[in-house]
Amino acid sequence: MASLDRTARAFLLSELVAGFVLTLKYMFKPKVTVNYPYEKGPLSPRFRGEHALRRYPNGEERCIACKLCEAICPAQAITIEAEPRDDGSRRTTRYDIDMTKCIYCGFCQEACPVDAIVEGPNFEFSTETREELMYNKDKLLANGDRWESLIAANLHSDAAYR
Amino acid sequence: MFADIHTFFTTNWLGIAILILLQCLAVTVPLLLAVAYMTYADRKIWASIQLRRGPNVVGPFGLLQPMADGLKLVLKETIIPSSANGILFVIAPMIAFMTALVAWAVVPFDNGWVIADINVGILYLFAISSLGVYGIIIAGWASNSKYAFLGALRSAAQMVSYEVSIGFVLVTVLLCVGSLNLSKVVLAQSGWFWNWFWLPLLPMFVIFFISALAETNRTPFDLPMSEAELVAGFHTEYSAMTFGLFFLGEYANMILLSALGAVLFLGGWHSPIPYAPFTLVPGVIWFALKIAFLLFIFSWTKGTLPRYRYDQLMRLGWKVFLPVSLAWVVLTAAVLQFGGWLPKP
Repeated sequence: MASLDRTARAFLLSELVAGFVLTLKYMFKPKVTVNYPYEKGPLSPRFRGEHALRRYPNGEERCIACKLCEAICPAQAITIEAEPRDDGSRRTTRYDIDMTKCIYCGFCQEACPVDAIVEGPNFEFSTETREELMYNKDKLLANGDRWESLIAANLHSDAAYR
Repeated sequence: MFADIHTFFTTNWLGIAILILLQCLAVTVPLLLAVAYMTYADRKIWASIQLRRGPNVVGPFGLLQPMADGLKLVLKETIIPSSANGILFVIAPMIAFMTALVAWAVVPFDNGWVIADINVGILYLFAISSLGVYGIIIAGWASNSKYAFLGALRSAAQMVSYEVSIGFVLVTVLLCVGSLNLSKVVLAQSGWFWNWFWLPLLPMFVIFFISALAETNRTPFDLPMSEAELVAGFHTEYSAMTFGLFFLGEYANMILLSALGAVLFLGGWHSPIPYAPFTLVPGVIWFALKIAFLLFIFSWTKGTLPRYRYDQLMRLGWKVFLPVSLAWVVLTAAVLQFGGWLPKP
């Protein structure tokens, strides 16, 4: 009887039919695709994207050239040179990040005592040449100015958990 | 004036040649368009089964995607490997593409709408579909590459195996019709849709469809191009339009077998309900709808089933389909003979 049952099922293609019905049902389900670049998925406030150097509200740059980020960077992507400014405060003369070396671990922003270097929410910074990915201080400060509102909001919303 | 034109196209050799050329164009142009949009439909259907969107960027709903793909294939460089046999390498895709197109000569699109209304239509189709293997095996051999060669061997063995059971399916149908003429096959299925041969010959229809999948190297029988082991099978070394011809030929073959299925089992150009609103729709439309339905099942199958192992494929062909279809031929013949339903010659 069991063999008859098995043979009948084999000849009636019952398993095939079950599979086909399943895929047909799936055909009419809503699509899960996020239609990038027209739609984008949600980002966590902790998202580690493109780097930025921030400023204080009065326009003074935050970075005090302590070089903690340079020291902790596991990929050694950060290069800093510093000397005292005319008014005596310690500031960087050079702050370079090699974005092709960076592994986006976020240690630099963890190490920073003044929240100067941060990884912002921007992940769409692909370039057509390698040279464009060698960020200098101007580029990083420009990033900071461009993304400041989002970065500040993210830092604020995440501050309670740090 | 009209009589002049009529005599020119029926008696003058030039007129006849022009007429035949126009008929060929009238078949191939819609066919190639159908092939182009079949690739689009395929991709959309697989995408929706996998909860994706499929092509949706080029043109509205991605409708221009096949054109973009075709343009890309035409503009790319045809690479002929230095170790390949150049002449055969180029001829092979042409054979594969031509055999897929030539077969359409005997397919009846409507009552009387057929280029060559020959009395051995089924035989002709069978012969042409066997010739298609040559394109593949020549491609595999001429490429001088192990993947292409193994793919071609698999493909040839598989197509030959399943052609046998398709042959028996055809024999069953022609036993019921009493003619090898495809138009007569369709005319024998007039009436309601349960008069079409799919119901009286249901097991044969299933065998035909599964063999058609194997014949066109489609999932679950796409072993010749199983990417994981053979890169792309017999067309591994092909690029640009030489690959494009294989691709077009493959899809044209798929549409051809669907058309054959529609003619043999789904009543060709007949409407499913033989009454007024349905019979007013032109037969070509019904025929196209039936082909589209079968093609949808082709894509649906590809979205559903995993690939067979090669020994399983051979086992299914030789140890299951061959005996079953042979037995059904004998059974059908016996029923027709003793039931007194033999078709009048």
